[in-house]
Amino acid sequence: MTTNVKTDLENKGRSRLTVGQKPRWTWAACLAGSAVVAAAVLALIGFNVAGWAVLTAVLYVASMYVSTVVLENRRKATNGLWTNLVFGAFVIALLPLVSVLWTVLSIGLPGLLAPGFLASDMLGITGAVDQQSVNEGTSVLGGVAHALVGSLLITIGATVISVPIGLLTSIYLVEYSRGGFFSKAITFFVDVMTGIPSIVAGLFAAGLMMTLVGPGTNVMGFSAVLALSVLMIPVVVRSTEEMLRVVPNELREASYALGVRKWRTILRVVIPTSISGIASGVTLAIARVIGETAPILVTAGVAIQTNWNLFQDWMMSLPVYIYRQMMFPTAPSAPDASEQRAWAAALVLIIIVMLLNLLARFIAKAFAPKKSGR
Amino acid sequence: MSKRIDAIDLNVYYGKFRAVADVDITIEPKSVTAFIGPSGCGKTTFLRTLNRMHEVLPGAHVEGKLLLDGDDIYAPGVDPVAVRSNVGMVFQRPNPFPTMTIRENVLAGLKLNGQRISKGDADAVVEKSLRGANLWQEVKDRLEKPGSGLSGGQQQRLCIARTIAVEPEVILMDEPCSALDPISTLAVEDLISELKEQYTVVIVTHNMQQAARVSDKTAFFNIAGTGKPGKLIEYAETSQIFNNPQEKSTEDYVSGRFG
Repeated sequence: MTTNVKTDLENKGRSRLTVGQKPRWTWAACLAGSAVVAAAVLALIGFNVAGWAVLTAVLYVASMYVSTVVLENRRKATNGLWTNLVFGAFVIALLPLVSVLWTVLSIGLPGLLAPGFLASDMLGITGAVDQQSVNEGTSVLGGVAHALVGSLLITIGATVISVPIGLLTSIYLVEYSRGGFFSKAITFFVDVMTGIPSIVAGLFAAGLMMTLVGPGTNVMGFSAVLALSVLMIPVVVRSTEEMLRVVPNELREASYALGVRKWRTILRVVIPTSISGIASGVTLAIARVIGETAPILVTAGVAIQTNWNLFQDWMMSLPVYIYRQMMFPTAPSAPDASEQRAWAAALVLIIIVMLLNLLARFIAKAFAPKKSGR
Repeated sequence: MSKRIDAIDLNVYYGKFRAVADVDITIEPKSVTAFIGPSGCGKTTFLRTLNRMHEVLPGAHVEGKLLLDGDDIYAPGVDPVAVRSNVGMVFQRPNPFPTMTIRENVLAGLKLNGQRISKGDADAVVEKSLRGANLWQEVKDRLEKPGSGLSGGQQQRLCIARTIAVEPEVILMDEPCSALDPISTLAVEDLISELKEQYTVVIVTHNMQQAARVSDKTAFFNIAGTGKPGKLIEYAETSQIFNNPQEKSTEDYVSGRFG
């Protein structure tokens, strides 16, 4: 019973079950109060927006705690405090992401919209050309066509090599191995490979190709393909293994009980059931390696013209392009043109990765086993 | 279309652990045989040895002879896949393939094995199997919908249709009604009575009324204690097991006085 509660609360349309709660507008009052106090405090030492937002948030959390303790009780106050802290952590985690996206988008967009940026490479774009366009204020010439072609070819090559190897390895681990020495060794080395620094993978591929085809000719797109495969295979093995393991054993047994052979069961029951997870895992692995810089720099080198041949000559890629344009501007006395191209290339890279992530989600949805539809 | 099963001195192992010991049993063709007994006594384990599903688990193996119409299915060189296409199995929980439609589920045994059949033949198999599983009337208008969209009882009958579509000689059922409501259970029990016209049916059940209702003969398995192997205690006509059992432990179990 609610004998010790003021009856006028009940008269304000509150039921007996909701008395003793703080008014709904408490949070708004706390927020407004915190904002005013924070502004006042900062006015004393010099106002800035970021500091104001942070101080307001801190004061808001504190004032909500105090007002809940006063108006309700300590348990609800603690609950509210932790809710606010968790939410705050989420916002802090999101800040860098939003900030990066915003920076790249705002700085990179003019370069991306420059005529012919996606269609032209850097052939014939010398320091003098850049100098001229900066001095005369005309649009910056040159583009990322060669880097785009290189990145796509190298990534596709790495995918073509990694996916079959990774898929077959995980099928062996899940379906055939019975926890013996060999499978434990594979799992161990896959774990080790996951932790390999990417530059080491690059040096390995460069060294391997040097012994195979000799120095000089070993710098080509295919070396980068090998380096990225080394990075990609363990990721594919890991994600595919997880997906195959969650396929219920009942489905395998149902298939065996129908007199279906093991390899057909794997091919026609296990993989179709897990294909959505496998496909999205592969897509995320691609998104992971497409941004690698160091292993490509030491294997495919740098180039200024479009090269469609993975097996001959140096090849440009988007991350290396960004690095080169930033660190070694085409016109050292007028670096603005190179910087604009670098930011635009970064935007292109982010767009590709985002498209791949969207593709992964789409694939996961499109291939997912049908649950409903009676 | 139906075969006789003889187990001779059969021992079933999980690694070094002997789960079922010294089973001698003869299962007649075109009959329903029920396995009853407390949990962990080896009913399901023994059932799974009848179509060599037991050895799917790591370390599991079998000693002794198991004759299917006189042929030892554990003889060296016997292909377990060939055994399984003669001895079908329905599991405790309905497990239709989630990626397949109702029609594809029924045809799974044929399609997964890579058999090519014309659309007309496939339609005939689908209809015959679904009619055989008493499911045709309920699903004939939605054969292209996912099998997992059916109710639990319908899914279980779909699994039975899938099993009879490959035309086995023997059908094993591992507690086929334990996940179903009474009405679906009745539908499946009616179906079992019809199936014995054509097939040898072996059913594991915890429900003694069910064993009494559907089976011709009943086998009672028991276990002496944890870590001991399960044994076949008594095997006789169902009416005798329930009305006039010869063994004390059988009587205790069927009358509910069991520990």
